[in-house]
Amino acid sequence: MTQDKFKEITYAQAVAEAIDEEMARDENVILMGEDVGIIGGNFKATVGLRDKYGDWRVKDSPISELGIVGLGVGAAITGLRPIIEIMFSDFMSLGMDQIANQAAKIRYMSGGQVKVPLTIRTTIGGGRSSAAQHSQSLQAWVAHIPGLKVVVPSTAAELKGLLKTAIRDDNPVIFMEHKMEYNKKYSVPVGEYTIPLGQANIVNEGDRLTIAATSSMVMRSLEAAQELAKDNIYVEVIDIRTLVPFDKQTIIDSVKKTGRLLIVDEGHLSFGVGAEIGMKVMEDVFYDLDYPMMRLGTEDVPFPFSPALEFPIIPDTKKIYQKSKEMARQ
Amino acid sequence: MKSSYQENFLTNLYATMFRIREFEEQVFELYKIGLMPGLAHLYIGEEAVATGACATLEDKDFIGSTHRGHGHLIARGADTKKMMAEILGKKDGYCKGKAGSMHIVTLDKGILGANGVVGGGIPIATGAAYMAKIKDTKQVTICFMGDSATNEGSFHESLNMAAAWDLPIVYVIENNLYGISVGLKRVTKVADLSERAKAYGMKGLSIDGNNVLKVYETVKEAVDYAREGNGPTLIECKTYRHKGHHVGDPGLEYRSREEEDEWKAKCPLICFKEALLKEKKTTKKAIADLETSIVQEIKEAVEFAKNSPYPDPSEAFEDIYS
Ligand SMILES: Cc1ncc(C[n+]2csc(CCOP(=O)(O)OP(=O)(O)O)c2C)c(N)n1
Ligand SMILES: [Mg+2]
Repeated sequence: MTQDKFKEITYAQAVAEAIDEEMARDENVILMGEDVGIIGGNFKATVGLRDKYGDWRVKDSPISELGIVGLGVGAAITGLRPIIEIMFSDFMSLGMDQIANQAAKIRYMSGGQVKVPLTIRTTIGGGRSSAAQHSQSLQAWVAHIPGLKVVVPSTAAELKGLLKTAIRDDNPVIFMEHKMEYNKKYSVPVGEYTIPLGQANIVNEGDRLTIAATSSMVMRSLEAAQELAKDNIYVEVIDIRTLVPFDKQTIIDSVKKTGRLLIVDEGHLSFGVGAEIGMKVMEDVFYDLDYPMMRLGTEDVPFPFSPALEFPIIPDTKKIYQKSKEMARQ
Repeated sequence: MKSSYQENFLTNLYATMFRIREFEEQVFELYKIGLMPGLAHLYIGEEAVATGACATLEDKDFIGSTHRGHGHLIARGADTKKMMAEILGKKDGYCKGKAGSMHIVTLDKGILGANGVVGGGIPIATGAAYMAKIKDTKQVTICFMGDSATNEGSFHESLNMAAAWDLPIVYVIENNLYGISVGLKRVTKVADLSERAKAYGMKGLSIDGNNVLKVYETVKEAVDYAREGNGPTLIECKTYRHKGHHVGDPGLEYRSREEEDEWKAKCPLICFKEALLKEKKTTKKAIADLETSIVQEIKEAVEFAKNSPYPDPSEAFEDIYS
């Protein structure tokens, strides 16, 4: 992003702007999902689009996750560039055959004859007392499947540039928006820009510890880094941006400098993003480590309803601060 | 038989059915001698459905297929050499050996793909129809499915959307009475699956799926209706698979020999050939010549497939992303 002019918009507005710009640019881009049209989305992230592009290009669908993802696959291989919205990533389960067995596999099964320019937008994240079925961050489910790309954007500015790239990509991309971010305002560059998939971003420079984080955990990590700076601990924070494709090198280079790596992702800990990233970089950084690699994630329990139970299980600024402090000891 | 049918059109229908039959017989042979990896679901006995249905389409149209897909692809005009090579896992196959019998995907001839997941192709075919609708391309999609696929959620979700939005698609059920070993009657209350159309506000028809002209005429009307922008139709074709569920299945425990004999007597090829001869639309000699040339064509497809090399192991890492 080399723009020097910025504006303040919400994360939800950034979604709408990205889609609006891409729909204006390419008439093959369509948007379909539950409530995306007349009311502009359950999270108000697609407001105004139906009025501008009409009912066929911005389609309120029936409650049929499997059906709409599959419809997106069929439309994608025959020339459209569909954006399909699944209201909560928890509901990917209902569309999973079309996501994991169809969208991800059709190009491969065709021996490279077919392209699947499909974007599946969905939401992740706890923290609004949505309990066990509307709070999960299921990026590990989809990152496990070869053939899918997986994007976990941080700020609104990041989201906008990455979403535009996802829509232009000729592969199925699972684009995971954090539902606690929609109403937050961010500084977003004015005018056209895109961010490539597969390039992690160093958002804070430091020398004592590397924190590699996804989605809103990037912002929590930056908050923790500010606190740590007061203790004269300078932390390098990396925004992972995309799980697939994965930019291993940026993390490796940073850890070679800092000797310490903490991975923060809001998905459940076990068999999750943190474990995988740790192993991905292990063989390159093992002899540079001054402290065992650590990870933070949501505890291995279903999301409970009560805030008294929910907040303790999700990683937050304080937990990142404490874990960093422990790791940064000389 | 309508007198307006040209001899050429009729013998082409017979040729397609015979090509499917011969192709499948040879796939079975290749399986028996151990040359075919994995499995294949043979279309023998059901040839009239794919043949009659695909004869209604224009070049630009689409079809969605199933795990029992060889017949659909051949009826759509796919290259039998490339199909056979794919089924043997060879480099010159349609998908360079990555698909095999059950997953051939190629947009060649508008084939949206066979599908290893029962019901998996239904939403995809519906998506092609959505594209055609909003781009006003006048392309029609025929979506084939087995009887058992109608018990999947994808069937319900797709037909509901297609009807709600008047999409240009024709859903063709091949009711061969079984899903592997489970008789439809044991798991489904309605006898005519086309009754389900009513639940979506769609027209539904149940017909004799062994009568190629009946299939042609019924699907033609539905395809024209769809092309004119009126929306989808559900057509159930009653038919039977002569062999087991797939090449390794003798298919003995779950159906009776009497039932098999009864359906084999209604073989779509024999019935159509007899009708053509009776109505003097062709001659025994012409049919025999046609059959000889198709036997030769399939023999060449088998040779082509056998002679094609296997893909290099490094190719496993190609074609994942574009
Ligand atoms: C979702 C799914 N469940 C189960 C299977 C295993 N399976 C393969 S074919 C088949 C039966 C399908 O029956 P039907 O749809 O009637 O088609 P037919 O084989 O009779 O042509 C089953 C259960 C599968 N491939 N996909
Ligand atoms: Mg069946």
